[in-house]
Amino acid sequence: MRERPLSPHWTIYRMSRYSLLSSFANRATGALLSVGLLVLIYWLTSLARGAHAYARAQAVLGSDLARVVYAGLIVAFCYHLVAGIRHLVWDTGRGLEKAQSQRSAWLVITVSVLLAAAVCFWALRAREGV
Amino acid sequence: MSLQSPLGRVRGLGASGNAVHHWWVQRLTSVALVPLGIWLLVSLVALPSLDFVTLVSWIGGTWTASLLSVLILTACWHSRLGVQVIIEDYVHDHGLKMTSLVLSGFIHVLLAALGVFAVLRIAFGSPL
Repeated sequence: MRERPLSPHWTIYRMSRYSLLSSFANRATGALLSVGLLVLIYWLTSLARGAHAYARAQAVLGSDLARVVYAGLIVAFCYHLVAGIRHLVWDTGRGLEKAQSQRSAWLVITVSVLLAAAVCFWALRAREGV
Repeated sequence: MSLQSPLGRVRGLGASGNAVHHWWVQRLTSVALVPLGIWLLVSLVALPSLDFVTLVSWIGGTWTASLLSVLILTACWHSRLGVQVIIEDYVHDHGLKMTSLVLSGFIHVLLAALGVFAVLRIAFGSPL
């Protein structure tokens, strides 16, 4: 097959450090959330198979390692959510100027980190002793 | 009317028209997943406890079962499209790329079926 032109081509279009980083982070968190989908389905199927199956699954789902995974998934969800909204705004043709997109990159990081911290804190308080 | 030559079409050198559909469905599912994702996260944290009886009675509710089913289908679809782009960008070997794409598609369909079936079983079957 003949070589096809790529667009935007990396030899003429150079992404800024921030846009490269935020674009990569959106992909990485998205991939992590795909793994989270596996966890969600495992959790639901164990529930559907009855109280005993759920109790057995608790050994995995209630472990300390799982808690770390949940914290990671909360961070990934918050980032992907806020960055995804930024993408939807871009799709309307707004906020595409260089200065605007660099400002929104910082906004996305700040808002998602604060959001993730708030949710993790709330989850820790709600699940105390569980 | 297409300006593409018949030779170009059989060689697969032109746009197939799938990209716009891919783009549109990814946006559509992402818009739907904003409220659905927030709803699931908030519900899971706000539930009084995560023991079996609490969860089964929560998931068995009409609204929860319906929203959860929609969320599972939407999330699996959105995830399939996202994973597809990642595979297309990073896997360069043609055979491996095709295998990964097909495998990812199968896994996502299986996940969607498992998830929706589990929700329906909890809602209708009362697995207590």
